[in-house]
Amino acid sequence: MRMKWTSYPYILWMIIFIVVPLALILLFSITTGEEGGIKNLQFTLDNFKRFLDPKYLDVLWISISLALKSTAITLLLGYPMAMIIAREKPKRRNIMILLFVIPMWMNFLLRTYAWLTLLGKNGLINYIVIKLGFKPLNLIYNDLAVLLGMVYNFLPFMVLPIYSVLIKIDKSLIEAAEDLGANKIKVFSRVTFPLSIPGIITGITMVFMPAVSTFVISRLLGGGQYMLIGNLVEQQFLWVGDWHFGSAISIIMMAFILLTMAITAKFDSQKGEGGRLW
Amino acid sequence: MMDKTHTIDLRNISKEYDGIKVLDNINLYIRKNEFLTLLGPSGCGKTTTLRIIGGFEQPTEGKVIFEGKDITTLPPYERQINTVFQKYALFPHMNVFDNIAFGLKIKKMAKDDIKARVKEMLRLVNLKGFENRSIDSLSGGQQQRVAIARALVNEPKVLLLDEPLGALDLKLRKEMQTELKNMQKRVGITFIYVTHDQEEALTMSDTIVVMDKGIIQQIGTPVDIYNEPKNAFVAKFIGESNIVDGIMIEDYIVEFAGRTFKCVDKGFNQKEEVDVVIRPEDLEIVPLEEGLLKGIVMSVTFKGVHYEMMVKDGSIDWMVHSTIMKPVGTEIGMNVLPENIHIMEKVIKE
Repeated sequence: MRMKWTSYPYILWMIIFIVVPLALILLFSITTGEEGGIKNLQFTLDNFKRFLDPKYLDVLWISISLALKSTAITLLLGYPMAMIIAREKPKRRNIMILLFVIPMWMNFLLRTYAWLTLLGKNGLINYIVIKLGFKPLNLIYNDLAVLLGMVYNFLPFMVLPIYSVLIKIDKSLIEAAEDLGANKIKVFSRVTFPLSIPGIITGITMVFMPAVSTFVISRLLGGGQYMLIGNLVEQQFLWVGDWHFGSAISIIMMAFILLTMAITAKFDSQKGEGGRLW
Repeated sequence: MMDKTHTIDLRNISKEYDGIKVLDNINLYIRKNEFLTLLGPSGCGKTTTLRIIGGFEQPTEGKVIFEGKDITTLPPYERQINTVFQKYALFPHMNVFDNIAFGLKIKKMAKDDIKARVKEMLRLVNLKGFENRSIDSLSGGQQQRVAIARALVNEPKVLLLDEPLGALDLKLRKEMQTELKNMQKRVGITFIYVTHDQEEALTMSDTIVVMDKGIIQQIGTPVDIYNEPKNAFVAKFIGESNIVDGIMIEDYIVEFAGRTFKCVDKGFNQKEEVDVVIRPEDLEIVPLEEGLLKGIVMSVTFKGVHYEMMVKDGSIDWMVHSTIMKPVGTEIGMNVLPENIHIMEKVIKE
């Protein structure tokens, strides 16, 4: 196909801001040299070997398991929410969706900071707990706080795609299933749910990817010592200054995300061929 | 009071949406193994009636009786009734086999039995060997057949069909009309069919229910409805009609178009204003001097079997269907037999 000249600016944009940085990261990940420079580079796979150290693998494992947990929780919370909203009359539906979207207009950092003032040692919740005569609770700087932050921040990304698939399901399909003897539970398990799988896949991808690579949520709600793979990359680039190791970790993370996307995409295409989840 | 031959009885059914009446006191019984058609223009309440029978809507007032039992509040999945939906509503995530087997799987029938039943159904609807095809690879007509098979495989006592042929082209529609009628005879199930196509209704039905504005206008066999329309609406809706103002002089004598005619109707008040309905094919072209009615041919359209001519007679435009063509501008005479003059009470215009 002949390329039209109108696409050139976009291609230029993509080369400058996507292809070149990616190529640089790849280059840094397989080389060593002096800090920040691209002269005198020596090719090596040491950066990747270094990652095999248990302490780094632990960080990877915690990141993935936290991301999986938060994805599962957003799905369990988000699916019923999406269903409830999709069942409402258009007017109320739009208001509910708006309420979901409004917090996203606010800065991500600010929203996460807000949790600090709620969960902190002298935060609102502990203030009430102390007033009631109990000992202050340890609500912050632990796994649970990070998980909460992820679920809170990423829930709309699960609800919206599922919701948009659910409202597009033809009502007559539901009626047809009922007509053929399916009660509400069977209508859900055999018609509504299988038809909403594309939305679930999108939701999972849109939650899992930022969750696995976040470093802001873990920094703010997990505390300075809390280390996820995103923090590790940040640390290598900003504090340690080892761009080569940081790039290698980035590449590993990208590989992981690509892998999960490939798996979910496969799920999606199986469905298209008439298969079912159960 | 319950007639054993009735499968469904609708008693005083009314339905309102936000205070607007869409069905007004519908009373109707449907006999066993009958092909009954609900016929009317869009918005007449025919689909709502069907949805009430199917259980998708609750009537505001009245009862639905199924084989002697009140099923008004029963959900659709507990009724021995299946539906063929207007746009088929086939499950896009399943192949043909899974679509047809849906109802049987829910009933937890044995796998081998399901296979045999689906195969038998596919044979009935002329789709042998289509088991593994995906829904979007089928043509409109094939999807239609799958929808019918999916409903019939459950051996319902009543099959509801909501304008099932609406989306098909003319030729296919004609084929499917015959096929559906044959299928109904073979399986011996009560069919309740909704359409706005009067020709379709006349071709297929045992009984036609003509509806307008949420009210039943007439119930009868196709022949009754065509030959003896009860009011001007039915006459106009079923086939083409000339409807003119007339005055009933006395029993068997009616005046219209400035002349008096013999007719076969009686029982009207003297000098009562009435609607006179004459089918275009009942106007016979005769030599000018023999015609009780006279007029000038204004237009001629060839319709295949006959010519359609508009004939101007003073303030009245007669539509005439005839195999004889008279050129535009000729003055012709027309006669009509007394039994072809239908006298109707005037509908009070709103």
